[in-house]
Amino acid sequence: MLLGRFYHSDRGGAILLAGLFLLAIVVPVLNLVVPESSPFHLSTYTVTLIGKYLCYALLALALDLIWGYCGILSLGHGAFFALGGYAMGMYLMRQIGDRGVYGNPELPDFMVFLNWQELPWYWLGFDMFWFAMLMVVLVPGLLAFVFGWFSFRSRVTGVYLAIITQALTFALMLAFFRNEMGFGGNNGMTDFKDILGFDLQADSTRVALFLASVVALAVSYVACRFIINSKLGRVIVAIRDAESRTRFVGYQVERFKLWLFVFSAVLAGIAGALYVPQVGIINPSEFAPLNSIELVIWVAVGGRGMLYGAVLGALLVNYAKTYFTAAFPDLWLFALGALFVLVTIFLPKGLVGLWKKRGKEPEP
Amino acid sequence: MDGIRNHPVLFLLRRMFALLVLCALPLPALAGFDEAVQALNVKSFSKKADAIIALADTGNERVTGILQAMLDSRLFYRKSDRRVVIVEKIDGGYRLTDAATGEALGETGRRAVKKVRINNKLRGLLRNTLARLSLSSKDAEIRHAAAKVMLGNVSAATKPVLTAALAKETESDIRELLETALALSDLGSEDPAMRLRAIEVLDGNLEPEVRNRLNRLLEEEADTELAEVARQAIKNIEFKLKFYSFMETVFFGLSLGSVLLLAAIGLAITFGVMGVINMAHGELIMLGAYTTYMVQLLMPNHIEWSIMVAIPAAFIVSGLFGIAIERGIIRFLYGRPLETLLATFGVSLLLQQLVRTTVSAQNVTVENPAWLSGSLEINAALSLTYNRLYILLFCMLVFFALMLILKKTSLGLQVRAVAQNRAMARAMGIRSKWVDAMTFGLGSGIAGVAGVALSQLTNVGPNMGQAYIIDSFMVVVFGGVGNLWGALVGAMSLGVANKILEPWAGAVLAKILVLVFIILFIQKRPRGLFPQKGRSAEN
Repeated sequence: MLLGRFYHSDRGGAILLAGLFLLAIVVPVLNLVVPESSPFHLSTYTVTLIGKYLCYALLALALDLIWGYCGILSLGHGAFFALGGYAMGMYLMRQIGDRGVYGNPELPDFMVFLNWQELPWYWLGFDMFWFAMLMVVLVPGLLAFVFGWFSFRSRVTGVYLAIITQALTFALMLAFFRNEMGFGGNNGMTDFKDILGFDLQADSTRVALFLASVVALAVSYVACRFIINSKLGRVIVAIRDAESRTRFVGYQVERFKLWLFVFSAVLAGIAGALYVPQVGIINPSEFAPLNSIELVIWVAVGGRGMLYGAVLGALLVNYAKTYFTAAFPDLWLFALGALFVLVTIFLPKGLVGLWKKRGKEPEP
Repeated sequence: MDGIRNHPVLFLLRRMFALLVLCALPLPALAGFDEAVQALNVKSFSKKADAIIALADTGNERVTGILQAMLDSRLFYRKSDRRVVIVEKIDGGYRLTDAATGEALGETGRRAVKKVRINNKLRGLLRNTLARLSLSSKDAEIRHAAAKVMLGNVSAATKPVLTAALAKETESDIRELLETALALSDLGSEDPAMRLRAIEVLDGNLEPEVRNRLNRLLEEEADTELAEVARQAIKNIEFKLKFYSFMETVFFGLSLGSVLLLAAIGLAITFGVMGVINMAHGELIMLGAYTTYMVQLLMPNHIEWSIMVAIPAAFIVSGLFGIAIERGIIRFLYGRPLETLLATFGVSLLLQQLVRTTVSAQNVTVENPAWLSGSLEINAALSLTYNRLYILLFCMLVFFALMLILKKTSLGLQVRAVAQNRAMARAMGIRSKWVDAMTFGLGSGIAGVAGVALSQLTNVGPNMGQAYIIDSFMVVVFGGVGNLWGALVGAMSLGVANKILEPWAGAVLAKILVLVFIILFIQKRPRGLFPQKGRSAEN
């Protein structure tokens, strides 16, 4: 009955969840059960690629939640994604143990290389999985809390907020490029060996990580959906449409925005944490302002203000990116640039808006 | 007696006599010079030293050349006739010039000539003699260089030369150098009163040699009173050095600020006056820089003038691109700033890729005209490089030109009217669409001009615009949107703050600190340093 109601209120979401469910069954079977000689066999590379797209989709979902529903355009969401990734990377780095090039059981390779004598205090605890997972949530959440608390309280909105979030991720990128920071500097972290004792190169681990991404995306989608449909969600949409009016009616706008911003940052952090073990590297270029802006275009292409639209946009644009960069490397930036221009002018509601002319959902 | 000796008529007579002697007896005089030159070719080093001094005393104009050649080990003698020659190395042998007459003597093999050997003592003597000769040169620049060489190299023998040169010298900065050189030598005097006087002369002098010598004196000085004076003098010097190094930091800061301002000032118009977020602004700067490159390709023989051509060319190229962007994209998106941001970001990607595919993905080399290199030396501790100085001036020029356009022309009046109240401006007959396009073109053109300036400072490549876009936005937001003065103050203070932080935090950390500072500042004053007041503040 609950499912039925869900289907009626959110048809697109239901299709999305069904699709994810199908993916969760078909992909592992095609990869693990179907023999490699069969044309239906799915290579581990493809599994990882789809897993990567799903992480991006989760990130897009996080951004759509604040941009589409609350009107907060963050050009720095890549920073939360990267921070989550770094927390995971630190855990994976500690798991290498003495299997690194220098064979130091205590210090990661890059620290040995830089002649560090002992582990910096902020690396303590990252050898424990639960601690690292806590940090995946806490670090982006805390940064978002501090940043949002300052910004929303002094009513920095719109373009100004967009620009300072961009400055934030730019500053973080510069900081992480520094070797002295103790996060691997320019090269970041890579050469991961295993996670929770399972070999990262093994097919089964890859499939497990893929399944984790599917689950994370599905759960996050339902959670976002739940927030949007709750009373809280109505206030949030009201803030998007008329911030001052909502404030005068008596809602403490800053608190709602801050809460949502932190939640979105945490989702982005989780996406980053799932992303790193699958791609096998994390470096400061993840903080690049370009990444954060690209993320915005995924959401815009899919259709902002519709959660499944963001997911769809992320999957489509990233598939196109993979295809174009391999087939026509010169053309990709042209295509991406044109996408930005055309979508904003001709498709303000994104692809989803194309076939959903008159929906029941609140439109942006 | 004196009166008679300096009587004008007598002076004239003596001049005429000298002329007569010169005309009548050219051969003996030259013969004496020739002998003096050949005398350099003796075995004994002490005799060589005498010969050098004797040669210098002849006063012939070729002396400097010969002594310099001797110092550079280019003075040889021919084995066949033992004539002293100046050689120039060529493939497989030497090209010879007669030292005394300057006559070309053709080329010979390596074995036909032999070097006139010198030792370190002679080298010192040669340097001193050359300095002495150049101290009496007619060319002030040669005298200046020579005086500089004499700093810390004055011996008992050369002291009278310097004193004599000082008495004749009229240029104040050369006089100062000579006085410093003499005082430096007086520091080693036996007489404490003389040392004291020397310290007083040297007090506050910025030449590095002075500080070294005073420090050495401080270690050796037995006289406590004198040591105290010397310590005070060193303290003064160090204070002055600190002051000038601070001035240098401020100059570097202002020059960084002027770069920031140039990059941001076009944005201050498009963002500040029109409220359009143009993320392609950096790429318009890049187009300006590439225009400079193209202009230099078109006129490879007139690099000095290329900048003058490039400035209007870049203004037009970037301005046209800007107008095209406004007409083609932005006008559909007025009132939707976030969408404008995204669309113009797409434009920036397109422009970058356009340059990458049509020109090159690599950086291109833009040449610097000669008049932009070198530096303006204010004193021993402070010198300002010309390119930074010119860019500072250029930036001010652009700023005030823009100010003038906005305040004094009818276009400026219309721009301001549309910015303040679009509907009312249209009701008064202003073609607001045309004004939009022109304003955007103006801002974009200024970005192109900034690109010309930046091409002289940094690498020119497809990505160069990206490096400036965040900084430019920071400047505009920090200064206060819609306010050119705000952009000026913002850019300069950010530049200076960056350079002051740099020595103790490192370049990257300084940048991070400045960014964090701006982020916090925006929280405190969301409308920047100079917020707009009144009605226009609300939208």
